[in-house]
Amino acid sequence: MNNSPFFLKPTSVQSVMLRVMAALIPGIAAYVWFFGAAILVQLALASVAALAAEALMLSLRGKPLTLFLTDGSALVTAWLIALTFPSIAPWWLTVFATVAAIVIAKHLYGGLGQNPFNPAMVAFALMIVAYPQLMSQWPAAGNHEFAAQLQAIFGTRTIDAIDAMTMATPLDALRTALHSAEAKTTVAGALQSSTASGQFGGKGWEWVGVGYLLGGLWLIQQRIITWHMPAAFIAALFVLAGLFSLVDSTQFAGPMFHLFTGGAMLGAFFIVTDPVSGATTPRGKLIFAAGVGLLTWVIRTFGAYPDGIAFAVLLMNITAPLIDLATQPPVFGHKNDKGQTP
Amino acid sequence: MSQIREITWNGVWKQNTGLIQLLGLCPLLAMSNSVVNGIGLGLATVLVMALSNLFVSALRSLIPYEVRIPIFILIIASLVTIVDLAMNAWLHSLYVVLGIFIPLIVTNCIVLARVEAFAAKNPVMASTVDGTAMALGLTWVLGLLGAIRELIGTGSLFAGIEMVIPSAQAIVILPEDYPGFLIAILPPGAFFVLGLLIAARNWFDARANQRARSQRIHVAQSAQQSAAT
Repeated sequence: MNNSPFFLKPTSVQSVMLRVMAALIPGIAAYVWFFGAAILVQLALASVAALAAEALMLSLRGKPLTLFLTDGSALVTAWLIALTFPSIAPWWLTVFATVAAIVIAKHLYGGLGQNPFNPAMVAFALMIVAYPQLMSQWPAAGNHEFAAQLQAIFGTRTIDAIDAMTMATPLDALRTALHSAEAKTTVAGALQSSTASGQFGGKGWEWVGVGYLLGGLWLIQQRIITWHMPAAFIAALFVLAGLFSLVDSTQFAGPMFHLFTGGAMLGAFFIVTDPVSGATTPRGKLIFAAGVGLLTWVIRTFGAYPDGIAFAVLLMNITAPLIDLATQPPVFGHKNDKGQTP
Repeated sequence: MSQIREITWNGVWKQNTGLIQLLGLCPLLAMSNSVVNGIGLGLATVLVMALSNLFVSALRSLIPYEVRIPIFILIIASLVTIVDLAMNAWLHSLYVVLGIFIPLIVTNCIVLARVEAFAAKNPVMASTVDGTAMALGLTWVLGLLGAIRELIGTGSLFAGIEMVIPSAQAIVILPEDYPGFLIAILPPGAFFVLGLLIAARNWFDARANQRARSQRIHVAQSAQQSAAT
């Protein structure tokens, strides 16, 4: 029997992780629809690598294998890695990244619940710095040649052939167009001429984003995540992009473009909301996620990397303990220094 | 003689500056991106530390206690200037690569630490050995760190050896199509590899301690048994 108050239902890590994975399925379905089944191969590769690395580290650390292997946390990390990497990246890139995430970013810091940085984003940052070229080979929308994609993943295809099946992501296309030396391109012109742009975001990517959005809303309804982080992240990105595109719409892309390209929606509901490495107090969550949104926009607009979410999340991870300390809510029945009651 | 051996062992292994005292980490992390850079900076530090310990130890009865730190720094700075000019003259290309980290040996806290903690209180011979051994301890860690980072990062070893020995060449260890791993050469790689080296050394020590303890228990037990019989 539980003691009062009775409204807290004990949830296991396993059920949380399983529902997070279920919530990813609409986005993955859209991914397969627009970009082919290669992503499923990457998901499988990352899952196997994550479970193997997890088992190895657990046995090295003398922890119970089945309890921690079946909690699903390694699988969620693996899926996030697969979904943030190009789906036609070589197999060793995904495997290497997943092993690095589990071994270095998770277990060397003390395992689940102890890691100060989001493991999937550590893996992404490591690989984008080490192999920027491989990390920018994104599949073209509408390319469904599964055999060719398999050849790209398992390395039996030449570089030229891989080039033929890739496409710049909308963010990349925009950056290249805006930063090219002579041509005075505007955002509207760049997006119109690029084959990568869709109706309101990136071609294909916009619907993958919608899939993540639906899954994310279901997670909020299930009370796996609270509304604070996604709302603050989306609001920060929306307001910043909106303000700047109002001031100069020729040089800054609008809010819809930012929200439905790259990893924005995946980030808002599945990456920023990592319960371990982020802030935990309600006000802290708002500050943390808004910071990620702000940094994402800054890195996307002024930086050299294809997407800013990984670096933004890692930078804000560093500040999470400080944010938590500064936003400690008063205990029930007491007042804090400023005289607030909960 | 046994004292000399103990000082050497202290410097090279037991109180290793890179793995145990964790002093002078800035040049250790910054200049260990290849074997040649690491050993180059390490040997320059050996020269400075041996000479600074020697001079301070020889002058220790003349240095007023109250102003000893500025005087130590002056001695160290003069020696570093000599090493700096000498490397500029005879190993110019290596000097260009190591850049600011040669003059920065002055501020390397391990140099001042050994001068203050050892040379100011011990005779000339022991002090010189201590400075040399401490710096050699730093040098082998620099070299090992450089080797691991270079191998993982580019797949070869001894890149830039032609700066020191004109006829020598870098050795390619891993196959030509090794894609390299840039992170290992960049600063994050230095932190990761150094962390792993420290962990390895702690593991090694823990295992040695455990073995020694079980051996002692074994000896004690057999002594008890023989006493009982």
